[in-house]
Amino acid sequence: MTVADPPGGETAAAPPPRERPRRTAGWRRGLLASPAAPVYGALIIVIVLAYIVVAIDGDDLLSGSNVTNILQRTVALGIVSAGQTVVILLGSLDLSVAQLISLSSLLGAETMDGSDANVVPAIALVLAVGAGIGLLNGLVITKLRVNAFIATLGMALILKGVIDNNWDGPGGAVPDSWQSFGYTRFSWLPLSFFLLAGVVAAIWLLLRYTRFGYRVYAVGGDEEISKLSGLRTHRTIIAAHVICSLAAAITGLFLASRLAAGSPTVGTDGGYDLESIAAVVLGGTALTGGRGGVLGTLGGVFILAVLDNVFNQLEVDSFLKDVLRGVIIIAAVALYARRSGKPA
Amino acid sequence: MTWTRPVGLFALLACAFVIGACGTDDSEDGGGGDQAATESESNTQSNTGEQSEFFVQADFERQLAQRDAEPEGPADKPWEQAIEPEMVDTSEYKADSNGNWNVCFSNAAVDNPWRQVGFKTMQEEVKLHSEIGNFRAVDAEASDDKQISDIESLAGRNCDALIVSPNTTATLTPAVEAACEEGVPVIVFDRGVNTDCPVTFIHPIGGYAFGADAAEFLVDNVDSGGKVLALRILPGVDVLETRWSAAKEIFDDSDLNVVGVEFTEGDAANTKSIVSDFIQREGELNGIWMDAGATAVAASEAFEDAGVEVPPITGEDQQDFLQKWDEEGWTAMAPTYPTYQWRTPIIAAVKILKGEEVPKEWVLPQPKIEQDTLADYLQPDMPPLHYALCGCEDMPGFPGPWQ
Amino acid sequence: MSAATSGFETGAGGSRARRLAGSLLSTGTIFLVLFVLLAWIAVLNPNFLEPGPFLAYLKRAAPLVILAIGSYFVIVSGGFDLSVGSIVTVVVVVAARLIDDEPSRTWPVVALLLGIGAGVGLVNGLVSTVLRVPSFITTLGMLLILEGAVFLWTDGAPRGALSEEFRSIGRQGIEGIPLIDELPWSVLVLLALGAAAVVLMRADYGRRLMATGDNDRAARLSGVQVDRVRVIAFVLSGTCAAIAGILLGGFAGVSAQVGSGLEFEAITAVVLGGVVLGGGRGSVVAAMAGALTLEALFTWLNLQGISGALEDTVQGVIIIAAVAFASYRLRGTR
Repeated sequence: MTVADPPGGETAAAPPPRERPRRTAGWRRGLLASPAAPVYGALIIVIVLAYIVVAIDGDDLLSGSNVTNILQRTVALGIVSAGQTVVILLGSLDLSVAQLISLSSLLGAETMDGSDANVVPAIALVLAVGAGIGLLNGLVITKLRVNAFIATLGMALILKGVIDNNWDGPGGAVPDSWQSFGYTRFSWLPLSFFLLAGVVAAIWLLLRYTRFGYRVYAVGGDEEISKLSGLRTHRTIIAAHVICSLAAAITGLFLASRLAAGSPTVGTDGGYDLESIAAVVLGGTALTGGRGGVLGTLGGVFILAVLDNVFNQLEVDSFLKDVLRGVIIIAAVALYARRSGKPA
Repeated sequence: MTWTRPVGLFALLACAFVIGACGTDDSEDGGGGDQAATESESNTQSNTGEQSEFFVQADFERQLAQRDAEPEGPADKPWEQAIEPEMVDTSEYKADSNGNWNVCFSNAAVDNPWRQVGFKTMQEEVKLHSEIGNFRAVDAEASDDKQISDIESLAGRNCDALIVSPNTTATLTPAVEAACEEGVPVIVFDRGVNTDCPVTFIHPIGGYAFGADAAEFLVDNVDSGGKVLALRILPGVDVLETRWSAAKEIFDDSDLNVVGVEFTEGDAANTKSIVSDFIQREGELNGIWMDAGATAVAASEAFEDAGVEVPPITGEDQQDFLQKWDEEGWTAMAPTYPTYQWRTPIIAAVKILKGEEVPKEWVLPQPKIEQDTLADYLQPDMPPLHYALCGCEDMPGFPGPWQ
Repeated sequence: MSAATSGFETGAGGSRARRLAGSLLSTGTIFLVLFVLLAWIAVLNPNFLEPGPFLAYLKRAAPLVILAIGSYFVIVSGGFDLSVGSIVTVVVVVAARLIDDEPSRTWPVVALLLGIGAGVGLVNGLVSTVLRVPSFITTLGMLLILEGAVFLWTDGAPRGALSEEFRSIGRQGIEGIPLIDELPWSVLVLLALGAAAVVLMRADYGRRLMATGDNDRAARLSGVQVDRVRVIAFVLSGTCAAIAGILLGGFAGVSAQVGSGLEFEAITAVVLGGVVLGGGRGSVVAAMAGALTLEALFTWLNLQGISGALEDTVQGVIIIAAVAFASYRLRGTR
């Protein structure tokens, strides 16, 4: 069969979204033109500046243990932000992720109950619950026509009630096998980083190479037009929320391995709801949807982690940290808005 | 599809009311602890609900006994005293050099005034010891996950001693164990962890004593059958659960009528509203028990706004509470969870690095402020949320850094 | 109300009457819910409808209602203001530090606080319009900045003390009124602000604000200075937050976390009142009713003895239900 390979060497089922360059444009050109480029540019600048500042203070930013610290800190936020990216690309958002993370850690740890044999069923249960919550979120937003802000805020309250009603403090027991997942590292590279890489890669592939991904960008760009063009917008929105909640559930399981137990406050303590949104917009994804991607989000998460690490090293007052974070988030988004010529 | 929306809506509303109805099984006053009391039995007069899951009888009795024990050490420096100590040998940790020590500290958070005052006191304490060349403190911003990373990171540096104030007991245990394995002496204070690998664990007597002191005061000062309102911040916080559970034991044994056990979330406006509601509902309140003092003044204002006298009330050693107690002539007392415990870890670190003995479990005295000792503790011109038991009055520069 | 009835009576412009009736029904639902809730509370606690307890309820609710008014302006113009809670905290902490129990400083400091609220609102507005940062992000960033800055300034814990004069605004009122003992200042402030808000919305600015929220491109094309309208909305929101802070500081005293979570409560209140997120619809009176309903809901939950944990769940379900219902009424059957 003489099937001329379509440019790009792939049998894409649907034309890739407009904003992405084709592969044969040369990977280098493709890289620079990708929306994530400025984020990584900024990341490199931040790392260089941080290195200098820390060196002046007499330390080494890129020492083995420090790099481990930075990478370890990106895993939890990175996974949940990757999920949040999909939802934000649609022009929606998810404020229930923090509570879902806490609930997942508790359910996971309780089900594992200290025994290795229970690890797999625990993971399955938590992922199922996560998918269910995402499904509920999606249904409330699409069928009941409730604004995503309210729907997920309401869900967060519901989950909070469920957690507070059933757990007083940390619960469950994580067996050593699962716990070691959170602590194993190969010299300076934590094992958990591969989990993050896996999730980001999966979502990236999903967004870039599947029909679903195409629909996400289309609906995010303009829901009305997409609907008129015949796309099943509701299904896309529901599926996106399921993905986001699954990511939150995975984060909860990961945190359970770090804490060796589930905790009712681990999600809110880490501020994962607003922090994930911040990471997504820092990564160049527009809050109104339609533009951006998960690689940018990963860059945003890295920037936040490096900054956090530098503040730690310099023993910056926590309150000053908040001020700086606020300024950086606003400044970054203002820059993106300027660059793209439209409101971010 | 058009009919599904209203149906879905009504289903949601129905759920809300069902949940609401189920919720009313709980005793109307909220109940103590978190167990959903299925039977709101009361052969006693009060509705204190079920005992807390956190309650451990043995610890309760031990702490109550420790209140009466005579501590060892200098009487004018309670932060150096220890109650019934079992000393351990620390010669293996003796530092090679006589100075320029690196002391590292993983702080759970600085997100409330108690911790702020404590941390400031600790920083001032460091200045008193010239042997400490470098004091590095890392703030975990109340996140378990961050504190685990912080401890990992600190353990990997060249700390001569590592001080940890854990954010949560169970979840921080593995991180502390890992730090111990690095060979650095670990000092834990305030909240504990579930391992005895640290060289010493510093804490005042504890929550049971706190709650019991306050409850006993009310039993002594409120008439038989008097109505007492118990105000708690949040359920499920270990240090607060012990306080209430001890008070509950004492209230249950007494003839006081606990008309309510309410959660205020530490919010002053909320506290005031709750107390006002109860004054109205019950006609009068004869005593207020609180598990922490930050909103004690707000609770008292509810009485003032209602035009009635403030009944016997327990608070804590916050400046605003002590000041108002003094000015208004209340019948009050203040149990304490002294912030001077933030001085002790530094002292312990210095001792350990000198190879001197320290107690394995360093139990600090936990004074309570009563009418006759109020004047000793009340300092003028301090900020409203300053803690009197900071042990900082004799430190150089007082009151400067604390104001 | 008279406009609707006259429409019905004359029969002329019948579809207009129907539209008015429809809009009244959609915003009117919240009043119905409020009425039912208050009635239910009165059944559970017969004291409730007496002037004393009822005024106490209003006094407690006043800060939230005022926050709802401010948030209303921003939401109806299509934006978000997540910084109102932190403005409240800043106001209380700054007031305590500056007044430091010196009564003579009370009123200048109050003026300064209003200025701070307006100023923060101005910055929010400018960043969201000129720099084109979505207001969600701007106000989120501002939340972090304000919280961090105020505690940086006070070194972690509130200092100083509020004077009695300052606190009297939130705590006391006009004494000696027949029938009721005391008319709280906060209720008076509330009524004044509510009236002012209604007047504002009926004036030119109100129409322009609605138009901006409904379709800002169309509004711009018809000559509305959309950016200015939005900035003013944020200034109003910031000022309302400052006023709410003054009332809360007066009511409850100095506290480090007085404002936490209030921004979500304000948005919930506004949305309960039938105002649509994304803008263009809803009345300010309905937003105020939404806030009163939310406060009544808390009271009702309390009286029902619903334990703290389930209170959150019930709240979440009710919020979703309320918005779903409003959305259903607005869009009809589609």
